Amino acid sequence: MANITINFLRTRFIQLNIVRITVKYVTVIVVAFFLFGLILRFAGKDPIVAIKETIIYTLGTTSGFSEVIVKMIPLILTAVAVALPARVGLINVGAEGQLYMGAWLATWGALTFNQLPGYLLLSIMILLGSIGGAGWAFIPVFLRARGLVNETITTLLLNYVAPTIVAFFVYGSWRSQENAMYPQTVDLVPAARLPSFWGTRIHLGLFIGIIVLIIYWYVMKYTKWGFEMRAIGGNPQASKQNGIPLILYLIVVMCVGGAIAGLAGMSEISGIHGRLRPNFSPGFGYMGFLISWLSNGNPIGIFLMSFVVAMITSGGDILQINQGLPFAVVNILLAIALYTVLYQPSFWERKKA
Amino acid sequence: MTFLSLFGVLSSAIFSGTSLLYVTLGEVIGERAGIVNLGLEGIMLVSASVGFAITSTTGNPYLGILASMFTGGLMNMLFGYLVVSQKANQLASGLATMFFGFGLSALIGKPYVGGQIKSLPRLLFPGLSLLPEKYSFQFQFDLLIYLALPMATLIWFLLFRTRWGLGLRAVGENADTAYAAGLNPNLIRYKALFLSGMLAGLAAAHLSIVYTKTWKEFMTAGRGFIAVALVIFSKWHPLRAIAGALLFGGAVAFQLFLQASGVNISPFLLDAIPYVLTILVLIAWGGNRKYSAPASLGRIYYGSE
Repeated sequence: MANITINFLRTRFIQLNIVRITVKYVTVIVVAFFLFGLILRFAGKDPIVAIKETIIYTLGTTSGFSEVIVKMIPLILTAVAVALPARVGLINVGAEGQLYMGAWLATWGALTFNQLPGYLLLSIMILLGSIGGAGWAFIPVFLRARGLVNETITTLLLNYVAPTIVAFFVYGSWRSQENAMYPQTVDLVPAARLPSFWGTRIHLGLFIGIIVLIIYWYVMKYTKWGFEMRAIGGNPQASKQNGIPLILYLIVVMCVGGAIAGLAGMSEISGIHGRLRPNFSPGFGYMGFLISWLSNGNPIGIFLMSFVVAMITSGGDILQINQGLPFAVVNILLAIALYTVLYQPSFWERKKA
Repeated sequence: MTFLSLFGVLSSAIFSGTSLLYVTLGEVIGERAGIVNLGLEGIMLVSASVGFAITSTTGNPYLGILASMFTGGLMNMLFGYLVVSQKANQLASGLATMFFGFGLSALIGKPYVGGQIKSLPRLLFPGLSLLPEKYSFQFQFDLLIYLALPMATLIWFLLFRTRWGLGLRAVGENADTAYAAGLNPNLIRYKALFLSGMLAGLAAAHLSIVYTKTWKEFMTAGRGFIAVALVIFSKWHPLRAIAGALLFGGAVAFQLFLQASGVNISPFLLDAIPYVLTILVLIAWGGNRKYSAPASLGRIYYGSE
């Protein structure tokens, strides 16, 4: 185990200057907050108060910090869901839809098998969540593999279809009669809930996320699969001629990516909400795409960037409550942070084409 | 289905298809210059909110439309700065612009939620004044609808019959060769993006100021993405974009018709029709893509130094 840890830190995959990276992440956050403050000023709000409240809440209080960690869970998972297919050259912009379908199928499992004991029910939900996401990812990758439609646009469009399926069930046959005001399913049985820790909302999903991240790193770094996937990403035609089953890889890798996004949906429902609601995701899938791209698929980068994005998203809650701003305003802060990174092409030493 | 309801579906197809035609034309121009813009969704939202705010404040819808177009152009310059000057990844920059648009439009539009505005007058389609009023009522369109087809023709002329269009397409096919031929790829891409943003702004103006006459968050509902799909469907050709826009508009109209006629299908599943239809159309069209897409679509031009 210790051996693996040392190898992990030595690997070229993450061989980055930690200090420089930290400085750059801090720069991103500072610049983003500064420009965001200017925009708030134009909107007639006091930016100093707004930003101070955001930072104190997210970094200065236990509950606020734990909320940041809670938001990291789906972000890590959706980022891996995008990063993995990206290794074979597939662009998965559909993690949002895969997340919804994972949540949907996992909820079906929780409602159907609600007599089972916790460990069994949770395993079934994890399985179903993965199947839901994988199935939703299969549609675009199948069309791509058949040479019919490019996967970028189909994954994007399917993001608009998945929430309508969730809404169909939540407003329809699954709707709880207890609360007529809000469309939602009945509360899941306690056995269907992922355990949470330390009196916060941080739940077992965090460990699922970290384990997925480590498996992702290990597979890419040390296995034949990872090697062949990088070969496909580098030159699909050459790898095909070298006997790598190209089509099979594309389909399997994309479906595994979708399954991971589905896990994110399952863990949100089981760990946080405890019931299925329409529109429960504030765009975790899209955020995951950006995290994956900005970290260049690097596992440590995914972890750090998820933290930054989670912090920004948590800031949105506080802006909404204290400043009366629409929650969507947090997207500005997110966008500026991304612009700051995109603005410097040398931010990550990208391989020259 | 009676004649009246058929006309109703046709009329609302034209209304909802118009904004889509404008934004698709904009994306055709951008992609012909080699740039995929996934940020159109956000750009449309900001344009729609600014246009609505200006119309609501000044009471002049024409001013609102102009403001909306200008906002679209400016927003695309922000995107263009990243992808042209800073050579950033186009998909990531587009999604960042989408996020920016989500947030900025919510901030701009918040005071105007539920507001009332004065819209463009609706004029009866020429030659239909003899129809009974219950029919002719369906054919009263606004100025932007009448301008949609001439605009598509104009864009076609611009792209395929002028020197400027030739240069633009050359940059989209191979920026290095275009540079060697004495063109300035970056400048051409900026111009293309500005025009493309203005068209997206016009589309947004039609949606918020003319068609729905309201502002609400996320009101474009994926039209920016559907436009990207329709560009593929129309094989990067402005005139084929008309068919694509009408088809999508028809899907929206058909969905509204089914809901109104009380068919026992969940409205949530009907909401999915336009997106599913777009995917089905792409499948039916599939395979031909590589013969008509601009060759260096999505590639970064690093300059020739």
